[in-house]
Amino acid sequence: MNIHEYQAKALLKGFGAPVAAGVPIFSADEAETAARSLPGPLWVVKSQIHAGGRGKGRFKEASAGDKGGVRLARSVDEVVGFAREMLGATLVTKQTGPAGKQVNRLYIEDGADIARELYCSLLVDRAVGRIAFVVSTEGGMDIETVAHDTPEKIVTVAIDPEAGVTSADVAAIVAALKLEGAAVKDAETLFPLLYRAFVDKDMSLLEINPLIVLKDGHLRLLDAKVSFDGNALFRHPDVEALRDLTEEDEKEIEAHKHDLAYVALSGNIGCMVNGAGLAMATMDIIKLYGAEPANFLDVGGGASREKVTAAFKIITADPAVKGILINIFGGIMKCDVIAEGVIAAVREVGLKVPLVVRLEGTNVALGKKIIADSGLDVIAADDLDDAARKIVAAVKGA
Amino acid sequence: MSILVNKDTKVVVQGLTGKTGTFHTEQSLGYCGTKMVAGVTPGKGGTTWEGTLPDGSKALLPVFDTVAEAREKTGANASVVYVPPKAAGASIIEAIDAEMPLIVTITEGIPVLDMVKVKARLDRSASRLLGPNCPGVLTPGECKIGIMPGSIFRRGSVGIVSRSGTLTYEAVFQTTNEGLGQTTAVGIGGDPVKGTEFIDVLEMFLADPETTSIVMIGEIGGSAEEAAAEFLKDEARRGRMKPTVGFIAGRTAPPGRTMGHAGAVISGGKGGAEDKIAAMEAAGIVVSPSPAQLGRTLAERLKG
Repeated sequence: MNIHEYQAKALLKGFGAPVAAGVPIFSADEAETAARSLPGPLWVVKSQIHAGGRGKGRFKEASAGDKGGVRLARSVDEVVGFAREMLGATLVTKQTGPAGKQVNRLYIEDGADIARELYCSLLVDRAVGRIAFVVSTEGGMDIETVAHDTPEKIVTVAIDPEAGVTSADVAAIVAALKLEGAAVKDAETLFPLLYRAFVDKDMSLLEINPLIVLKDGHLRLLDAKVSFDGNALFRHPDVEALRDLTEEDEKEIEAHKHDLAYVALSGNIGCMVNGAGLAMATMDIIKLYGAEPANFLDVGGGASREKVTAAFKIITADPAVKGILINIFGGIMKCDVIAEGVIAAVREVGLKVPLVVRLEGTNVALGKKIIADSGLDVIAADDLDDAARKIVAAVKGA
Repeated sequence: MSILVNKDTKVVVQGLTGKTGTFHTEQSLGYCGTKMVAGVTPGKGGTTWEGTLPDGSKALLPVFDTVAEAREKTGANASVVYVPPKAAGASIIEAIDAEMPLIVTITEGIPVLDMVKVKARLDRSASRLLGPNCPGVLTPGECKIGIMPGSIFRRGSVGIVSRSGTLTYEAVFQTTNEGLGQTTAVGIGGDPVKGTEFIDVLEMFLADPETTSIVMIGEIGGSAEEAAAEFLKDEARRGRMKPTVGFIAGRTAPPGRTMGHAGAVISGGKGGAEDKIAAMEAAGIVVSPSPAQLGRTLAERLKG
């Protein structure tokens, strides 16, 4: 689960992290009061969307002006003008895709005098099974580019979970970032507190890009991106409350309610599969035979008839779907349960596109019989290859 | 021979008295007499679990409060964890503290930072952890721990190791249909932080005389497949080589999105399928472009 920059900064400020003063606003009417509550003479007006590259992004609407999604204002009037232009407009960045995202919130922040821009993130380093700091002197730019062009400028410091962030860890980070003076003193508190925030809130990513050294020598978090481990949200209702549903795909929200793993994609073959690996492999084989999947959907290991029905409804609600492939290898999941769920769903919502069903595993004979006896127009497939060929042919022939 | 589990493996079930634990324990007991010897549910020690096997017969197992007690009273040398995700991390640590040699964790959805704690304990112990978020391990005709469907297996010569449950079944089913059969199928799980990696299992398959070929199924995310490919390349140079067929799921997955498994995500430009496939091919692994061709690809590879 992702949150907005202003929410991330408020959260980290609670742990003692140095962030600038700022005010989130939801309408242009709030802009003047927000700007006046900050000292000036420099304000930053930042679009709040769950995607990176906002500064270099551009708005679709001409009325939003030709400046990017993060703007520097030198007067209260300018802040208000920017707010009018940006709120409600669609920002396109390299992470949003060509459709862009509507900006519904802005963060008005006090400007900063920047001496240096650095990079700092925390994540779980899966190779060692520990939380690690990833730091670089090359802040403010795309870290993937740095990793590609100058990998030697990225330093990883993995933290022993039983010792926490030691003074030796801090020293390693300080050296990697070439910090000096007041920034070294700041580092002694900043890096342990970022680690504590990561652990206490079950984050999966904490990225500060850039982490800046101010002209007065102190450190400050100029941007903050935080993602949380969805599996740990049960112990963080405060984090769950920060969820912004307008940032999420409607079909994904509906799938989440039914405990289905669903990811919307851009093709036209809807997929319903049990198991994440098989679901990915089903997408791959559709592509292999020359078509594109409309979604990833894992109904899970022990899906009920109701869950299968819900999954089928989500797939058919997508207007892009021109054909459906159901691929089930029943281990825990019994094929007859799947068959009954599919038939119930088809009877309820109708079937306007070709449907190919491949069943294998537990109770397969019973499952196939249920489908054959239903009288519904279902194309049966013997194995995964056969299933993929049949659905691609059906969609292309349509 | 086989790896990890055989007819002498005695298994304790953590979370036996729950619905999932009960169902799969009945299935395991019904599979070639797998030695499920006891259950552990805190607060239910001293009670008796009663299950109904697939053939309709009844089975009784003693339930203990702790893994340590269950191990001491039954001589168990493995445990399987069906405990719900909120409490599963603590259950694994309990099994590590009880010095259980093999711990198989089926539970999906354990918070990653709970697994970071588990991993730290595990590294200082002699226990081996499989999973979490895995289908378990099965040696045909001898022992089934976890949730794999026993009916698709056949005793044979292929060692199977996989990050995905249902793709393991595909590989098992296809190698059975080709008449090759399996020595042992091992699910290592789809989570980012786990107990056993590809390399650990590949080492066991290389060392097992009965295993004469290997199927390795990976997916997007992390770099365990690349590490495994490097390992196989080094071992081949030392003359240890077994024909291996591979598959990587997620060639069409978009970057930045988690594909069901918590570990299946391309992030920071890393963990994509193409890099993994290239590394595996460079190590002499025949990577099948289709998940439906694993068995046939291996059979053809073995014909030379």
